[in-house]
Formats: sequence, C-alpha cells, structure tokens
Amino acid sequence: MSSLAQKKGFGAVLWDYLTTVDHKKIAILYLISGGFFFLVGGLEAMLIRIQLMKAGNDFLSAGLYNEIITMHGTTMIFLAAMPLLLAFMNAIMPLQIGARDVAFPFLNSLGFWLFFFGGIFLNLSWFMGGAPDAGWTNYASLALASEGHGIDFYALGLTISGFGTLIAGINFLVTIINMRAPGMTYMRMPLFTWTTFVASALILLAFPPLTIGLFFMIFDRLFDSNFFVVEMGGNTIIWEHLFWIFGHPEVYILILPAFGIFSEIFAIFSRKRLFGYTALVFATILIGFYGFMVWAHHMFTVGLGPTANAVFALATMIIAVPTGIKIFNWLLTIWGGSIQFSVAMVYAIAFIPSFVAGGVTGVMQAIAPLDYQLHDSYFIVAHFHYVIVGGVVLGLLAGTHLYWPKMFGTMLSEKLGMVTFWFFFIGFHLTFFIQHFLGLFGMPRRVYTFNADQGWDLYNLISSVGALFMAIGIIVLLVNVVLTTVKNVRVGNDPWGDGRTLEWAIPSPPPFYNFAQTPLVRGLDTYWIEKMEGNKEGMIYAEPLGDIHMPNGSIIPFVMSFGMFVAAFGALYFMDDTKPWALAVLVIGLGITFGSMLVRSLKDDLGFYITKEELIEDAKRGGNTDGHK
Amino acid sequence: MDINKRYTAQSWPDHPETATLEGKNKFVGFWLLLAAETVTFASLFATYLALKDKGPSGMEFTAAGLFELPLVFAMTMILLTSSLTSVYAMYHMKNHNFKAMQAWLGITVLLGLTFLGLEIYEFNHYVHLGFGFTHSAFSSAFYVLVGTHGAHVLFGLSWFIALMIRNSKRGLNMYNAPKFYLAALYWHFIDVVWVFIFTVVYLMGVIG
Repeated sequence: MSSLAQKKGFGAVLWDYLTTVDHKKIAILYLISGGFFFLVGGLEAMLIRIQLMKAGNDFLSAGLYNEIITMHGTTMIFLAAMPLLLAFMNAIMPLQIGARDVAFPFLNSLGFWLFFFGGIFLNLSWFMGGAPDAGWTNYASLALASEGHGIDFYALGLTISGFGTLIAGINFLVTIINMRAPGMTYMRMPLFTWTTFVASALILLAFPPLTIGLFFMIFDRLFDSNFFVVEMGGNTIIWEHLFWIFGHPEVYILILPAFGIFSEIFAIFSRKRLFGYTALVFATILIGFYGFMVWAHHMFTVGLGPTANAVFALATMIIAVPTGIKIFNWLLTIWGGSIQFSVAMVYAIAFIPSFVAGGVTGVMQAIAPLDYQLHDSYFIVAHFHYVIVGGVVLGLLAGTHLYWPKMFGTMLSEKLGMVTFWFFFIGFHLTFFIQHFLGLFGMPRRVYTFNADQGWDLYNLISSVGALFMAIGIIVLLVNVVLTTVKNVRVGNDPWGDGRTLEWAIPSPPPFYNFAQTPLVRGLDTYWIEKMEGNKEGMIYAEPLGDIHMPNGSIIPFVMSFGMFVAAFGALYFMDDTKPWALAVLVIGLGITFGSMLVRSLKDDLGFYITKEELIEDAKRGGNTDGHK
Repeated sequence: MDINKRYTAQSWPDHPETATLEGKNKFVGFWLLLAAETVTFASLFATYLALKDKGPSGMEFTAAGLFELPLVFAMTMILLTSSLTSVYAMYHMKNHNFKAMQAWLGITVLLGLTFLGLEIYEFNHYVHLGFGFTHSAFSSAFYVLVGTHGAHVLFGLSWFIALMIRNSKRGLNMYNAPKFYLAALYWHFIDVVWVFIFTVVYLMGVIG
C-alpha cells in the first residue's frame, strides 16, 4: 500500500485527511493547525514587543494594541498550546496503552474539526470589523462595553472550539479506561498516559463552566439578556468566577501533559526507570484535584473578603507540594543515570530551573496581601510566561523532537535542534526574567506605551531583544522541519535506541491499525523489559494473529463542525438591523449540524475488517502506513 | 459484532448495553458526558441563585410572587412518571421484548411532550405578565436555567423518536441496544435535573 500512497494526488490526500478517523492522522492535523496558530500568536507577540521596545512608541495604536494582546493570549492558550498537546496525546497515548485507536474515532475527528472551525472563526475577526479587545480573560465589565463584533467572535469561536476540546477529553478518558492492552494495569501506564488521563478529567469538568460563561456573554451581547448588566440586576463577578473555575484547571490541563512528556524524556535519556513512579502518579492526581480549589486566587483584589482570600491562598500554596515532589523525582531519575544529551533531554533539563522559577513566583502571588501589590503588573506577566513558556512550550518543543520520528518516520536534525534550543532558551529568559523587575517597579500589564521618564526603557528594550531571539529559534525549527522532510531519511521502530514503552516497539510511523496483534504487558516500561530479556520482537502477544475490526472514515464530522461555523455567523449578526438574513443563516447552520447528527444516528456505521491474510502481507512489506485499505 | 445476528430472549445477554466493546465505550463515555452536564447545570444553578430576584430598581417580580406550584407540581409528576415508564422500557429491552419496549418508550415520549407543552404554556404565561427574557437579570437567569433543561427534554424526545422509527422494523440487536439504553439514561438525568429545578427554583422560590 505504501507505494500506492505516493501516487495519490493532492485531492485524494486532502479528502483522506478531511474524512480520517485515524488517531495518528488526526494528531498530524492537530500538529499542523496548532503549529499554524502558534505562529500567528507568535507574530502577535512580536508586534507587542516591537510596540514596547521604546518609550512613547506609536508603532501600534492603543486600540489595535488591545486587540493584539487579547488575540495573543487567546490564540496561544486555546488554539496553539492545547491543540499541540492534543496532537501528542492523539499520536502517542493509544500506542502507549497498546490500543488500535481511541474509543470513539468518529468523535475524535469531530473534536478536531470543531476546534479548527472555532479557531478560524475567532481569527476571521481580524478581517471582519476588528478583533476582541477585552483581554484573553474577557472580563464582562470591559467586554460588554466593547464596540463592534470582536467580543462576539471571541465568545462564539471559543464556544465552538471548547465543544471540540470537551469531546476530545471524554474520548481520551474512555480510551484509557476501556482500551488498555491486557496486563496494562493503571499502575503500569506510562506517565504520559497518566497525565493525559488527568488532564482529560480536568477538561471534562472545567470546560462546561467556561461554555456557560461564554453562553451568558453571547446572550448578553447578542440577545439582550442581563446576566452581567449591573443596572438590570446583573453581576459581572459571575463571569470572573466562571472564567477562573475553568481558567485555573486550564493551566493544569496545559502543564500536566508537558510533565508527562518530560517524564518520558528523563527516563529514556537517563536510561533509568522513572524514580518514584508511584509518587509521580499520585502527585499528578493531587495537582488535578487541587486545581479546582484555587480559582479565586486570580480574584484576590476583587474584594471577596479576607476569609475567602485566606482559604484560597492556602489551597494555592499546597499545590507547590505535589509539584515539588515531581521536580525531585525527575532530578533523582537523572541522578546516576547514563545521560544522553539529545535535544529533547536538553529541553527537559532546561525546563526544571525555568519552571521552578515560575512556580516560586506563583507561591509569592498566593500570598494575598502581596498579590495586591503585584496584581495587574508585569510581575504577573513574567510569572505566567515562566510557567507556560518555561513549562508548556519547552515541553512541546521537547515532545516535537522526541515524537517526530514516531509520527513521521524521520528524525529532526539534532544540530539544528540545538541551535533552536539555545536561541529559544536564552531568548525566553532574556524576555521574561527582566519583566519581574518591570512589574516590581510598577509597570502595569496591558498598557500600550509608557513615558521616557519612568525608567522602564532599557528593561523593555532587553525584553524585546529576547523576543527576537525566540523568534529566530522558531524559524530555525521550521527550517529543520523542512530539511528533515525533504531529506526523508527513514528510521526504525526505536530510533532513540532506549525507548521504554510500547510506542517504540512498532514501526515509525505505525501501520494504521497500530498493533497487528494486541501486546501483553508484563510491567512498567514493558518494551524495555522485553528488550532486556532479549526478546527480538520487543513484544509478546496477548492474542493470535486474526482479523482486525477498524472504523470507517467519515466526512460527517467536518460537515457538522462547518454547520456550527455557519450558525455562529448567524448569531453574530442576529441583532444587526442591517442584516435581516442573519436569522436564516443561524437556522441553516444549526440545520446542517443537527441534520448531519441525525444522518450519523440513522445510518449504520459498522466499520470494516482487515483480514489475517492482509496483515501477513503487510508484515512482509514492513508495515502498512497508508491508512486505507 | 454482527448486526444481523438474531437473538432470542434466551440468547440475549443480561447486559446487552455493555456486551460489546463499542457498548462498553459508549456506556463509560456517556456517564462522563453526564458528569460534564452536571457541572454545566451546577454553573446555571449557581448563577440563578446569585441573580434570583435581582433586577432594575423597583422591579415588581419576585420568585415568591411569580411562581405558582400547582402547574409545576403537575409537570414534576408527569416527568417523574415518564422516567418510570422509561425504566419499564429498559426492563423489556433487557428481556429482548422489542414490542413492549417500543410501547413503553411511546408512552414516555407522550409524557415528555406533555411536559414540554406545559413548560411552553408556563413560559408564555410569564411573558404575558411582562416577565420576558430581557426583563431583568432574574428573568434571564430563570429562562436560561429552565430553558436549557427544556432544550434537553426536546433533544431527549427527538432521540427517542429517531431511535424508535429507525429500528421499528428490525428489532433489537447488539448495535442498537446500547443506543436505547443511553437514551433512557439521558432521560433519567433530565429527570434528576428537573427535581433540582423544582426544589431550588420553585419550592425555595415560593417559600421566599
């Protein structure tokens, strides 16, 4: 089949990706679109840093600056970091537990397309009358007063992509609960699978409050309700609560999978079993649990009263304990290991001090009285960039290097990877370390300019130079990707040589059914165990070779998501007197969505079987990676 | 799973909804979805409680003055009964008695439609009193909470009807048994939410 795949035209490939339900292809879709939005968000970051490069700059107007900071935050969190993590979860987690696909392949595709159309809708605001400008937190008091449709793009776009994320979360949970290979007990699951599991549970419980908050925002702005309208009895603090009940767990949704990637890297490149595996698992669960009890630390200055502030301050500080457990376990994994400084490992080592710095400033802000001083200053900006860039983005870059061979069958250049690393790492600290001091000196966040006599010029210039370094690093990474793809040097099952878990026991990229025979798992790091015992195949099997049941591809997820996209335009223009067609568009869009849902429900979709003979043929050819019969 | 495999009451498994891997996945996935739905409604309830009786200065509407229990009590009884009839339907599903299942599902749908009709009547009544969606924060919170429940009822009814029509000619098999089961599960969830609405919105509202 692989020879056939090369002959496929562009149209066929496109159709294949539009209809695919294969978790590995959906992972590539997430990677490409998340990567695209990461570049868009990065471009916005560069514009911000150019504007703040010198005092009294007029590169951007104040209004445009507000739009850019709003879109930078929103894009990076919802459209870049999360989908990129979902890419790795999709690509790797089913392989790690020995499954042939996720529990709901159709829903997996639906989740992606909802995210995709939501993200496109949000970004269309740039071309259709202005982007949202109330900050990524979109506080109601600002948002309701915002002119134009920017906020509506935000609320509708995030609602759609939020549905997609929720679906992905449920899907991963069920996959891990029900589809683990025989012998893969919970306490034998690789740590990346564990963090995927906990992050998915957080998605499940954190996204509904956001959706409800966004619904209130949509109703208030577009259908004249009064949730946040104070003179009609509304209350803007409700938005803040709903947003942060989502928003704080969201931070852990982002960081936990990154922790998982780092845990894999530390074990592989130290050639050691993870130190304190059990403690790492329970620390992950605890972080997820506490993640829901701390949201009001974002609201210390709202005036909830000293009792509430004290409770949330304490709960926040407690989270440092499980996080500290993890840091020490990673250090002790490296300790005495036979360390290989691959690019992925270098990212992982760089992550530890960077993330600890972000964690320490987090505990500082947990002290409510101090937070009154730090609130809304650049200290906050520095803090959350230290945890998000120093934790999540380093994790994504490390994961890109680690899993690229498994996803694409080629190795990213380690040399260029090192160049990217040094530019990015130095640039990151240059940009954000100094912002702590800018904050302490009193520079407020979200201001579009400052005066020359405030003494912030030099520090802001240094920060902007750092951003340039990061941009160079990312450009080198893109060059790396292009060169690697052009050279197309294929790699084997276990390109790092020290893979420990099941994904390294199968071809890179794996055949579309992943495992011709379901493996039998005999312990933590099962592939490592088999290798150490001299098992040439790297796996023992739980079943004889037989027919495999696989799901059919479908265009319905794409159509269903497109319907939501259309309906969102209808809702957006619903109140505009000049656009009487809006209601029709809303009805048509919802009609497409519910119609395709009905088709999906009424039409039987039983999947198909790959026969034993085809599997044997594939094995002779060295694996079927095409994805279609 | 072979969709054409014929079952008798004897060969039909005890738990057809979880007899296949697809069924198991749907079962677990649906319970998780209900967890997300629970958080959704919790957010709506919290907002309602925060905005109850809140409106522009001099607003004449309060929960104590607006709500009347007799109609809502009737609606509650109707919906609770429909939950019971859906249990009967699932009893017959598990015994592989397709006709009885369809009959009880039909009764469930009729009761659900009655409930929905009464809810529309109730909303219409309030709107005529001047208590519309845009009237105040209180009215917005009320309509969105109770209306979201109503939308769930509508979706549940459409689901039942679609399943009944689609499978009317072919009876029960391993492919559609989990679907019927989940629709009934959804219906119970809707019922539980209504019990909370009845308590929090209406009973606590009338008490003041």
